[in-house]
Amino acid sequence: MSAVSDAEAARRGKSGLFSLAKTAPWFIAAVLLICLPLVFNSGAGFTVMNQMAITIIFALAYNMLLGQGGMLSFGHAVYMGLGGFFCVHLMNMVEYDGLMLPLPLLPLFGGLFGLLFAFIIGSFSTRRAGTVFAMISLGVGELIASLSIIVVAFFGGEEGVSGDRTMGPEVAGFDFAQQSEVYYLTAAWLFISALAMFLYSRTPIGRISNAVRDNEERAEFLGYSQRYVRWISFCASGFFAGIAGGLFAINFEILTEENLNLATSGSILLITFLGGVGFFLGPVIGAIVFTLLQTVLSLYTEIWALYVGLLFVLTVMFFPSGLAGVIAIHVRPWQLGKIGLLAAPYLKMIVPAALFVFSCAAVLEILFHARHAALGEEEMWLYGLTINSQGVWPLTIAIAIAVVSLIILKRLAPSLKEAWDEANHQETGS
Amino acid sequence: MSLLAVNLLDGLVTGLLLFMLCSGLTLIFSMMGVLNFAHASFYMLGAYFAYQISTYVGFWPGLIIAPVAVGIAGALIERYGLRRVHQYGHVPELIFTFGLALLIEEVVQFFWGKSHMAYYEPEVFKFAAFSIAGNAFPAYKVFMIFVAIAIFLVLLYILTRTRVGLIIQAALSYPATVQNLGHNVPLVFMGVFGVGTAMAGLAGVIAGPVLGTFPGMAVVLGSIVFVTIVIGGLGSLWGALIASLLIGWMQTFAASYNVTMADILMAVGIDKPVDLSDNALRDLWTLTLPQIGPILPYLLMVLVLVIRPRGLLGKRET
Repeated sequence: MSAVSDAEAARRGKSGLFSLAKTAPWFIAAVLLICLPLVFNSGAGFTVMNQMAITIIFALAYNMLLGQGGMLSFGHAVYMGLGGFFCVHLMNMVEYDGLMLPLPLLPLFGGLFGLLFAFIIGSFSTRRAGTVFAMISLGVGELIASLSIIVVAFFGGEEGVSGDRTMGPEVAGFDFAQQSEVYYLTAAWLFISALAMFLYSRTPIGRISNAVRDNEERAEFLGYSQRYVRWISFCASGFFAGIAGGLFAINFEILTEENLNLATSGSILLITFLGGVGFFLGPVIGAIVFTLLQTVLSLYTEIWALYVGLLFVLTVMFFPSGLAGVIAIHVRPWQLGKIGLLAAPYLKMIVPAALFVFSCAAVLEILFHARHAALGEEEMWLYGLTINSQGVWPLTIAIAIAVVSLIILKRLAPSLKEAWDEANHQETGS
Repeated sequence: MSLLAVNLLDGLVTGLLLFMLCSGLTLIFSMMGVLNFAHASFYMLGAYFAYQISTYVGFWPGLIIAPVAVGIAGALIERYGLRRVHQYGHVPELIFTFGLALLIEEVVQFFWGKSHMAYYEPEVFKFAAFSIAGNAFPAYKVFMIFVAIAIFLVLLYILTRTRVGLIIQAALSYPATVQNLGHNVPLVFMGVFGVGTAMAGLAGVIAGPVLGTFPGMAVVLGSIVFVTIVIGGLGSLWGALIASLLIGWMQTFAASYNVTMADILMAVGIDKPVDLSDNALRDLWTLTLPQIGPILPYLLMVLVLVIRPRGLLGKRET
């Protein structure tokens, strides 16, 4: 799938560096980033958007490894975390030692620290790809996460290190006390980093890292050292992860052991894979969807992590190219002008599919409530209904709806398949 | 001297327990080329299943039923999950097992909540088997040692002396050839996965009462298990045994000898700074061996991978 999009990009590349088709998405993205606060101008809105922007940078940096370089890392939180820790310390130096460092430049230093550590650790971890790389990344990640509890002077032990972003010199009248100011700073860094990462993937070194991913032996025969190619990608990825860490430090003003550990490294893998590793936009979609799921689902249910875990495992099993891949398979019907053929079967399936998902969730919620609610508390609130979780009927009805909607879905599947084949079919001669 | 003996025995228990996990993991790896990230999660499932069974019928039936149940769950996951992902390549397989580990932890919390389970060793073993200079050694740990050794011997016998073992060993190296000879290789894969996870489950059943049965128990052991098989050499059963014992002893000894960094630094002739509170290296001076014990395995693994990427007894690099 990535081969198709890459070939597409190469074909378009001939039409000049600054063609409209290539620059238009970036203009739209810039306008969107500027206008979003006009729509979501509440405090919670800014919190979610800042978190989203930081996650997008981190996920894009992670995908430089996983998607473009074919390196699966279980310890990438280390580079974001270390960049963040250094930035908090820099922030404290600005506050206490009178260091004249304007806040907007701070993420750059986070990136440089991320780069430094990626350079050191990459010097031995990138010798091999595949399982060995994954294991070294896991080992180094666990090592640094455990070290962070021991080395209190730098990592602050269990409490972590905190700082104050407003103590630096004012830049054009902004002291970054407001969340909206932090948002624009984060958005600017997001735009710059995303553009830089996109352009990087179009440079010869970016292309060669794709070649090493696909077939390291052939890349060696062409005269490229697979090890150095991986090392360079690793350093670049560490740099952008460090930028994300710097922005994290600015946004949350605190870093703890949690920013370095396996859970954080794992969730960025989850986000990137959910979005789709074969596409540049995949991690962006993954980060947006994951942050929304996390904030919205956790408002409504205690077991949101179970749903996210289920979604992740199902994605790996059935859609290994992620959400971006699901979108990408619709491009061909669109180009053939037959996307309309899919509308009717999709519309028919949307109701039973929604019923199926919601009834399955209802089964889980009722079971969870029945097992874990306080003794004597039998009433629960579900989809606006008040039901008795200990009773037989609510569970039976939920299971019945799930089964019936599944049967309907199975019945409708052949018609979708037919429409799908038709929509992807190109008439000969056209 | 007596402390040494106690530590040797404690380390042996930890090491053998690790080995029960590592042997299954390393077999699965050499067969399918995939590191099962969820292996420690099956260990956790074993402990929880055994706890649930023990609330109805006691400890002993759980010792048999729980590993079998875990093995069946493992085989089903291999058949309907892993085999499906296998076609996409090794990286998605690794990601799948990673997701599985997350999911199993959530499922365990879904059913049993976040707290520790009241899962204890049976009354029969609540006495001290013997004591070394006043340190009592619990009978349950002796039982653990015997179970682990028995499992190792049975595994060794099956792999090296029986026809099934012959087919498994052949399928490890040349799956396509074995398939052509008329053996059902996917079934062998499923069986090995099931047996490997069942052994992890058994380890959970006997370790649950000692190490605690809680949702974090997979994470606590999970990374160490990987470290162990990487150090021992991926795919090598003897390597896994040596590395497990090595790490078991390393952790036990590190935890019980309170050597501080200050002692070492002063022994080599560096003076301790008078005022530590403002010194950038203050953590170095207060560092103790029990503190760095948990990170020693990771250090060892990074060293091994840098110096000898195939591990101690591994035959191939991956």
